[in-house]
Formats: sequence, C-alpha cells, structure tokens
Amino acid sequence: MRVLAALSGGVDSSVAAARAVRAGHDVVGVHLALSRTRDALRSGSRGCCSREDSADAARVADVLGIPYYVWDLSEEFAEDVVADFVASYAAGETPNPCLRCNEKIKFAALLDRALALGFDAVCTGHYARLDGGVLRRSVDEGKDQSYVLSVLRPDQLAHAMFPVGDTEKPAIRAEAAALGLRTAAKPDSHDICFIPDGDTRGFLRERLGDRPGSLVDESGEVLGTHDGVHGFTVGQRKGLGLDRPAADGRPRYVLGIEPVSGTVTVGPGTALEVSTFAARSPVWCAGAPDGPFACTVQVRAHGGTAPAEVTPTTDGVRVDLAEPLRGVAPGQAVAFYRADPAGDVVLGSATILR
Amino acid sequence: MTYLDHAATTPMLPAAIAAMTEAMAHTGNASSLHSAGRRARREVEEAREAVAAAVGARPSEVLFTTGGTESDNLAVKGIFWARGAADPRRTRVLVSAIEHHAVLESAEWLVEHEGAELVLLPVDAAGRVTPEALRAALAEAPDTAALVSVMWANNEVGTVNPIRELVAVAHEFGVPIHTDAVQAVGILPIDFAACGVDALTLTGHKLGGPYGAGALLLGRDVAAVPLLHGGGQERDVRSGTLDTPSVVGLSTAVAKAVADAPQRVAALATLRDDLVARIRAIVPDATLNGDPGDGVIDGGPSRLPGNAHLSFPGCEGDSLLMLLDAQGVECSTGSACTSGVSQPSHVLLAMGATDAVARGSLRFSLGHTSTAADVDAAVEAIGAVVERARRAGAPRRRAAVQA
Repeated sequence: MRVLAALSGGVDSSVAAARAVRAGHDVVGVHLALSRTRDALRSGSRGCCSREDSADAARVADVLGIPYYVWDLSEEFAEDVVADFVASYAAGETPNPCLRCNEKIKFAALLDRALALGFDAVCTGHYARLDGGVLRRSVDEGKDQSYVLSVLRPDQLAHAMFPVGDTEKPAIRAEAAALGLRTAAKPDSHDICFIPDGDTRGFLRERLGDRPGSLVDESGEVLGTHDGVHGFTVGQRKGLGLDRPAADGRPRYVLGIEPVSGTVTVGPGTALEVSTFAARSPVWCAGAPDGPFACTVQVRAHGGTAPAEVTPTTDGVRVDLAEPLRGVAPGQAVAFYRADPAGDVVLGSATILR
Repeated sequence: MTYLDHAATTPMLPAAIAAMTEAMAHTGNASSLHSAGRRARREVEEAREAVAAAVGARPSEVLFTTGGTESDNLAVKGIFWARGAADPRRTRVLVSAIEHHAVLESAEWLVEHEGAELVLLPVDAAGRVTPEALRAALAEAPDTAALVSVMWANNEVGTVNPIRELVAVAHEFGVPIHTDAVQAVGILPIDFAACGVDALTLTGHKLGGPYGAGALLLGRDVAAVPLLHGGGQERDVRSGTLDTPSVVGLSTAVAKAVADAPQRVAALATLRDDLVARIRAIVPDATLNGDPGDGVIDGGPSRLPGNAHLSFPGCEGDSLLMLLDAQGVECSTGSACTSGVSQPSHVLLAMGATDAVARGSLRFSLGHTSTAADVDAAVEAIGAVVERARRAGAPRRRAAVQA
C-alpha cells in the first residue's frame, strides 16, 4: 500500500511510520504545519508543531529512508479546530480540540488530500487498534486514545492505520531507541498544542474579551461575578473566584453554564451527578444501530466510564446511565464501547448536549 | 534524477572543485607575514582580481563574505548606519517588494531596532520596479532616504530589473543603491563600474562555486559600518580570517560562469522556452508568471533565461512538488523556508496574484548541467501530476481566520 505517515515529531508517530515501512508499505512522511507563526523550540512538553518538531520529523524520515514534506494545513486548523474551540467555549461548552482535529484535519483534510494524491491510507501514532475496520482501545490502557478517534466514520477508518496501538508505550520508546530515532526520549506532549503556554483562560480572553456575568447558586442567589463563561467547565471546582464558602461548608462545583445571560450556576458535588442526558450528531464507527442498545459510555478523554442504555432519537441519542456520572460536560463527546467483557470495541460517539 | 532547481543551488563547476581542492591542501592564514601566509594572501588576492575583472569592479571593491545573506545584511545595515551617522535624518530604507528575505528581513530589523522607516517599492504585474515608482518614493522626502535596494533579477519569477535606470534615479537624489545580483551574475552582462550601483551582492553556489562563499562589491567611496568586528580584514568592513579555498573556488567559478555566459544563456533560453511551450500544450490553463522574456534590458534578456515559473489553477504547489519528486523531477514551489512550509510567495502577491494562484505555482529553473532530456522528463510527468494534484484540490480560498 501507499501510506502517508503523519509525523508530528514525537515518538509515537515516528514508530508508527517505522512500522509501516517495516510492513513493506511504500511510505511518505508528512508533517502538518498547523500554525503560521511557529515557535523555534518546544517549551517542555507543550506544543506540537514547533520548528524543532518538524526538524525531528525530518530526521526520522531520513533514518527511515522515506521522502518527507511539510503540508500547511494552518487555515483548515484555524477554522475547524481553533475557531470551533473558541466558539464552543463562548457557547458555554467544553470542547475537545484533539477529537475535532482527528475528525476535521487528520482524517478529513489530510486523508482526502492523501487519497486524491494516490495514497491508500494515513498512518498516525494514535494509541488505538484497528482490526478489520473495527476500532478498539489500545493495549496500553493508560495511553488509550480511542475516545478521540470515536468520531471517525467507517469510510475514514477504512483508510486509517494505527500501528502502535498493540504495544505499551515503554516498548514504543525502546523500539524508537533501537531504531536510532532521535525522538525516542522526547517528552510526551500534553495540553492543547495551539496554547503552548497552557493558559487556556488567557487564550480565550484574548479572543473573546471579557464578558462579565454572575455566579449563582441553585436557588438563583447571586454569589459573585466573573469575567466570562469561557473561564468555566462543568465539574470545575478550582478558580471559581468566590470569597465566601458555601453555607454547608462543602466544596462547590460548576453545575451549569448559560452563555447568553452569562450565568454560571454552582452547587454541591452531588448536584453534578447525571443519570441521563442527550447527545447530538452521532457518528457510528461500525454502522448505525437499529434501536436501543446497551454499552459502556465514556464522557471525557480519561476516565468517566459507566454502563448505559443508548437510545437513538430523531435528532441524536438519549443516554441512560446505569449509575450516575459526574463531569458530564456539554460539548464533550460521549463515546460508546461494546458491552462485552473486553469492552474495548468503539461503536461510535455523539456530542453531549446541555 | 531530473534536477530543475538551479536557482536554489547549481552543481559546482569541475574547475572550481579542482581549484578549491588544491587550495585546501595548502596551509596559511592570508594575514600571516611568513611565506605560508604570503602564499595564502597571494591566492586570495589573485581570486579578488579575477572576480573584479569578471564583473567590472576594482579589486579593492571586492569584499569576500559567506554568501548572499551576509552580503545583503552588510549592504543594507552597513550602508544604513553609515548614512545615518553622516546625517541622522536619513532613516528611510527603500526596498522593492520582491526582494529576497535577506534584504527584506534586514530592512525589517532596522525598522524594529534602529528606527528605520521601510518603504516597499511596488512592482508591476511582471514583477518589475519601474524608475517612475522609485522616483515617486524618493521624491516624497528626498533628504530622509538612507538607501535603495532593488534586486538585479528576481529569484522566483526571473524578472530582470532596469538597474541602470534605477541607479540614475537614485543618484539624481544622491542616494546610494544596492542590488542583490545573486541570480544575475554569470548569466546577465554585469559591469559594476558601468552600471553605477554602489553595492552588489553575489554568491558562489548559484553560479557553480562553493556554498558559503560570496562577495559584496562595495564602491570605493561607499561607506558601510561593519557587522563583524575583529582583525580588520576586507577594508575593515568585514573581519574574519579569509577562507582561502572557498575564495579560490568562488573566483574560479565566477570567472568561468561569466566567460561562458553568452553561449549558456542562449542554450538555457531555448530549453526554457521549449519547456514552457510543451507544458502549456499539455496544461492549457497553466500561466507563465513574470516577464515574457522577449525583451532586452541593459544588453541582456528581460527574464532570467533558465527560469520558468508557472501557475497551475486548481492545484496546490505542495502537491505538484511531491508528485513530481516521486517521478524524479525536482523543482520548487518558491523560495524554501527553514521549516519547510511553503508560504504564498510574497513576490507573486506583490505582482497582484491571488493567494490561491500564489500557492498553486511551481518554479522550474535550468542551469549549466540542464539538457533536453531534463525538459523531456518534466514534460512527460506534468500532465498526470497536474491532473492528480487537481483532484486533491486547491488551497482553501477565503479570508484568513485570525486565530
């Protein structure tokens, strides 16, 4: 097969490309330039497309003996990921930009272009497995990224390759070292790649400005004010900016965000527990269900799983949880995993509604 | 392999390799006073005389540098500082909008750090600076101009500027003018004294000499403040131990390239015209950017004879380049950048092209090793490549999202 290996300059995509080469594929390496203003060097574990990263990706391609190019997808990224991220916060939601990037950039803009240019598949360093078109969690449970891939349709998965999903991360690093790849000991990237200083609130304030609103309790009593709903996420406990404790002395959490009025409701942790919620825009990785089905849901990138009954509706799905979950944030995805002992097959996902 | 990227760098001439290799075996610092030093100095000075003779300069006007970027930096910053020291009102730096980044970024740096005011000289649709445009810019505030810098021939689209006319306008206002002639030396007829420019950049690796070796021709009466301080070599303007082998390689290449230019230029123009005509026969909507190349400027062609810069509507340059590379045809989407990201060319944008046209372009550049077989290979590949790149789509066209 002709395989386009997306090389971020990190260790996982390096080994993924190396494995594609070893499997006998005709591989071309491509680094995605997602920002027009790129920093020369990485700062710690943050950021993912500095010039240092593209240089590292180029060196990996050298060692693997494959052609290497940089493709500028910065406009697509700015529109489909960054603008979506900002708009989502402005609407009182909590977006997941990595998931959006997979949906709109890596397995849309990049994959479409790759297919048109004569490639058969796009290969990435995601920790997930693909067995005959079936998306599964990776062997390394701590690194599993199937959640952020759960937005992919069967036609996208048909042209995807995740060669590192069957291996634990330490073995991937060892493999990179054995191959002489200089990314072997590079720190993992964390946080959001387009907010390299990690200051998400500052990033949003720059783009959205201050939009003052009120902090209220469940009864509607005003407890304080804030600079904008984009500073809050459902389930958040720290940084609420309240100067007096709750009457019962218990910690308070963000329960809900109303973007139009700018009202943020806070209350006790127990009020965060959700037993049923709706979600929109479902995507079915393995084909649409023909009716209600039992599964395990995951409501955020790490943790937050529970058994549930999912019922397709006219405009999305309804999720009825077998046990209540906290931190079910509008804007995040709910991913559905098959209800079998392994529980690792991804059935699809949808976007959690308020 | 079909190498059609001579404007990026061109193979070293065998004579230059031989001369340089021989010089590498010699020991001697050209500044030393003993016999080995004298020998090195002699090699350097003979090289200086050879370069001077080839480009119509005096030996004392040849300052050896590490190449185009250093020469451009030295000219723009050095002359700016010297002019400002003589009269602090001179803060305007007039450079054309199609300059190489070595000039543009030097000028921008002066704006950010030295209180300069940047005046970007507009170009016409062919990418040419007209004497009228320069006159208008100078006349706006004649006493405040520090210097003018306009490249002799553009590296991307190959358009040749009317340097003599521009020199006349600049000198009418008493303002020194520098020209980046990196793409022109060894191709176009260049006589430093006769054309009257105050400073001229040339570099080795664009004309068959070594990388990392170039020169700034600096008129004897033109003052420039040095960037590098040290032992006072090169008229006290450019300190540093002279790189004798590189200087020898450079001078050998300059002499040979200039001597062979008339025949080579005719051959290159024939190959280039054939390439353009055959590509346009296969891809009828492909357009040639820049000057058509049938005019005469200062006794030479109005377009670099080895340059074919084409736009392919509906295609992204990156896609075209990758697909041609896979077919063994090597060309360029514009000027390469360290991170490998091709930005829409500032040259094409200055010429009035849209962002999408600018990004859907390829530069084929022929040089002294190019043959009819190279043209055949490119022509053979182009049809399928364009068709496939078109399927992959053009760059998204819309106002940039300010994220």
